[in-house]
Amino acid sequence: MEISSFFSTRDLNAWFGKTLAVRAVNMSFAENTVSAIIGPSGCGKSTFLRCLNRLHEEVPGARVNGTVLLENKNIYSKDVDPVELRRQIGMVFQKPNPFPAFSVFDNVAVGLKLAGIRKSTILKDAVERSLRMAALWDEVKDKLNDAGTSLSGGQQQRLCIARALAVEPRVLLMDEPTSALDPISTAKIEELVSELKKAVTIIIVTHNMQQAARISDQTAFFLLGDLIEYGATSQLFTAPKDNRTERYITGRFG
Amino acid sequence: MIRSKSHKDIHFADRFFAGTLQAIAWGVPLLLVFIAIFLTWKSLPTIRLFGFSFLTSQTWDPVQDQFGALPVVYGTLVSSFLAVLLAAPISIGVALFLTELAPSWLARPVGFLVEMLAAIPSVVYGLWGIFVLAPLLRTTVQPALAKSLGHFPLFEGPPLGVGMMAAGVILAIMIIPTIATLSREVFLAIPAIQRENALALGATRWEMMQIAVLKTARSGILGAIILGLGRALGETMAVTMLIGNRAEISASLLAPGQTMSSLLANEYAEASGELHLSALLEVGLLLFLVTFIINALARLFVWRSTLGKSPR
Repeated sequence: MEISSFFSTRDLNAWFGKTLAVRAVNMSFAENTVSAIIGPSGCGKSTFLRCLNRLHEEVPGARVNGTVLLENKNIYSKDVDPVELRRQIGMVFQKPNPFPAFSVFDNVAVGLKLAGIRKSTILKDAVERSLRMAALWDEVKDKLNDAGTSLSGGQQQRLCIARALAVEPRVLLMDEPTSALDPISTAKIEELVSELKKAVTIIIVTHNMQQAARISDQTAFFLLGDLIEYGATSQLFTAPKDNRTERYITGRFG
Repeated sequence: MIRSKSHKDIHFADRFFAGTLQAIAWGVPLLLVFIAIFLTWKSLPTIRLFGFSFLTSQTWDPVQDQFGALPVVYGTLVSSFLAVLLAAPISIGVALFLTELAPSWLARPVGFLVEMLAAIPSVVYGLWGIFVLAPLLRTTVQPALAKSLGHFPLFEGPPLGVGMMAAGVILAIMIIPTIATLSREVFLAIPAIQRENALALGATRWEMMQIAVLKTARSGILGAIILGLGRALGETMAVTMLIGNRAEISASLLAPGQTMSSLLANEYAEASGELHLSALLEVGLLLFLVTFIINALARLFVWRSTLGKSPR
């Protein structure tokens, strides 16, 4: 079997009001891989990502229909609690945004506290483990009580990654996580992504085709709400099957 | 600066205009200073005569020329804090509902109506208080409180309707728009991404409001509450109509009382002796100082919270 059934979508449609933003998308993501989603602005790639942890439906007027299977369980079925689900499918957003009223420690611990974990030894261990995974521990271990917003932009984004990792999600969604960062911070996050896929399956939306080429195993190209092409990254960038993909990656539009 | 010096004559109109505006701009804070000086100067007779005991004495007797402001200071603080105690949770609830839960077709008109509560004249609140609120308190609320909690000093005594409780409730209604509107502004200033973050971490709606909204906005909320308190401290007409106007300290919220502002409204017209007038103006000075400090604190909190929001 060439495609794993770990995490997949079937005929996934997403609307904003009457506008169809994502059209009948079928995709599969293998466990412990990095999948990149590229495409011009407004192609529905972020919306698609936000359907995968049921965040899209929180937007007023937004609607989803179709199936998303996490280990053969439809996350849109009635008996799935979206709150519970979002602990298994974590998310990192475009702009680094630690909670301003929370310390570095509390920013990482907040997801665990929401899950009802109160024991301080467990919290401490989880915070350290998550910060180490996010390659931030050495930089912040002496300022865990400082405000999360006192860190640099790149550190803040890694703090947000640590925060998402703390609840040990199965899947980590990243929505253009480096678009607000400088090149050095971006390089650190890219390195981190390649490291993290040993622990978690990563789906990353990016504007940056070089980034997709550098860090992903599979790449998908979206255009106007449609999935145009999806395949191994090396193949998609060197020998695209669809000529729209080819025109996009060679910079002729978008 | 350099340009205006070298083109002195050409830019006369500019400099004249700037000078005039500067004078006007300075005039406003100067007015504040003049009011403070005036109040202090006019209250010198009682400041000299009673000194600090003006603040600690409970006797307010114009006939005997004995003046102590403690009962009215007490009345002001108790009625205002009671108002804040009642208004703050309601206002924050309203603001949360308007920003986090209500669909926009509902949030806009409801928000507008809440703001309009602030446009109703104080005397109209007073009238409504006399004809609706006070009878309701007298016939229903206060008997029930006396029955269930009457052994607490706080709810002792006959149900009169008018009194400290009525004043506190009417003040609460009057400061709800202040606290609710300001809290709503603070909540709206929190980026949507903050809320999505909380949701993405597995927060329920209510947990999201706690983490991403209330916690982030704490100092802004505190500022809004203090501004509401500032408004309650100075409010005069409705309180005068509902508090019962007796300058005595009573532990019971059912008893009548007097605030600094209601005392001034009641007595300044008939103050005959120089000492009586001086005592009233000293009360005015106290009120001025208290509201000034409270408002300055509120600005400080709001200022700090808006600073805290801006990302580095």
